[in-house]
Amino acid sequence: MSYQGKFRVWRGDDSGGALEDFTVEVNEGEVVLDIIHRLQATQAPDLAVRWNCKAGKCGSCSAEINGRPRLLCMTRMSVFEESETITVTPMRTFPIIRDLVTDVSFNYTKAREVPSFAPPKDLAPGEYRMQQVDVERSQEFRKCIECFLCQNTCHVVRDHEENKEAFSGPRFLMRVAELEMHPLDTADRVDQAQDDHGLGYCNITKCCSEVCPEHIHITDNALIPMKERVADRKYDPIVWLGNKLFKR
Amino acid sequence: MARAEIAARTLRTDRWWLPPLTTFVGLLLISIYAAFRTFQGDFYWVDQYHYLTPMYSPCLTEECVPAAAHFGQWFPALPGFLTPPVIIIPFLLGFRITCYYYRKAYYRAAWASPPACAVAEPHSKYTGETKFPLIAQNLHRYFFYAASVLLLINIYDAILAFGTGVGLGNIILLVNVGLLAAYTLSCHSCRHIAGGRLKHFSKHPVRYWMWTQISKLNNRHMLLAWTSLIFVCLTDLYVALVASGTISDLRFIN
Repeated sequence: MSYQGKFRVWRGDDSGGALEDFTVEVNEGEVVLDIIHRLQATQAPDLAVRWNCKAGKCGSCSAEINGRPRLLCMTRMSVFEESETITVTPMRTFPIIRDLVTDVSFNYTKAREVPSFAPPKDLAPGEYRMQQVDVERSQEFRKCIECFLCQNTCHVVRDHEENKEAFSGPRFLMRVAELEMHPLDTADRVDQAQDDHGLGYCNITKCCSEVCPEHIHITDNALIPMKERVADRKYDPIVWLGNKLFKR
Repeated sequence: MARAEIAARTLRTDRWWLPPLTTFVGLLLISIYAAFRTFQGDFYWVDQYHYLTPMYSPCLTEECVPAAAHFGQWFPALPGFLTPPVIIIPFLLGFRITCYYYRKAYYRAAWASPPACAVAEPHSKYTGETKFPLIAQNLHRYFFYAASVLLLINIYDAILAFGTGVGLGNIILLVNVGLLAAYTLSCHSCRHIAGGRLKHFSKHPVRYWMWTQISKLNNRHMLLAWTSLIFVCLTDLYVALVASGTISDLRFIN
């Protein structure tokens, strides 16, 4: 079953751009990325789109479909009405390179700002031993494919460019949480989360969790537990007193 | 380099405004009802069946009907329009206001920060929970401790009411404390205190077990937040209707 689908695709670069209308053939079983490829092949050979695995695992084809941050390769055409006009735009939070391709280097800068895994000094590689129950919280966060949809949808930076310096975004606060919860990590991540990565900016409105294609519970399992650890350290005199009295 | 030039506030085509609107109307209606009942200062105790509405529990001032003051009248009569619940309401309200679910709900619904995902917020500046007053959201665990004490008192009230027999009011009071207990236990701070703060679960098997059980409840925190809130109001309404003589309690035993 094929039909002619109506699409509006943002075309342009950092000097300007606009939504352009296209009518493209849609076949049964296709995803939005298939349509973008057919558009490239038949009508707009210079349309820029970043993609790689087409299996929802490389995190390359992040964009916004009908205004919602999604992976182009994981959005089935069958979820739309045949009469619907589907709008495809680049991620809004990052600088545009061309058409659907954005410059996501903000994320690489933030990734470099997270101090790496710090195992105990007397433990050599190959000697790491840990219980599954201790490491499984961190493992959930390792499912991240770095599509940066959470970074894109987070209103802290999406709506406030000026916050980019102070706020690392959900993906890298989750990385801090991953290391903080790791049974063999010895670095102190709690103050870092609040002071260096801007955890306090997060108002836990859960958009990061809503858009995550890996369904990681970013807010409930990473951000809120980190906020609670910060509360332990900075805002809880009872824990402070307990630590003093019982030398925990 | 600049961002893509897209003027529209959002290109979402679904009814993204419906969930925040529903949340706003729901919270507004409940707030109006709770404020009315708080300042009504009457119909909170059914003497015949020992039903005490959770909104007035514990009743600690001299205005309280003596039989309803299960823990004594600690405070003198309050001046003016103030009623006994104003002593406990700040703790209950504080627990709900600083709750991680309700924060999401009202930041979206009442402050539009953001109104929905990928919908631009109307504010020109944003500092989140880094400054006063919102930095005080970090006090959630203290309100959790206070709410836990109040929950125990509500459970005590519900059990005490069985002393006169069993009626529909008893069942309602029991379901109410069950929902309140589930909401309180599913709290993110409770999850953290029970075990979430540990680095090595394997060294603390009991706390790990508690953490896993609370995590299951925590998955339904939003559902429990709404059901417990609505049911508190329904419980209060039932007690008020029986106390005012508008309806009579359906009795099963005695």
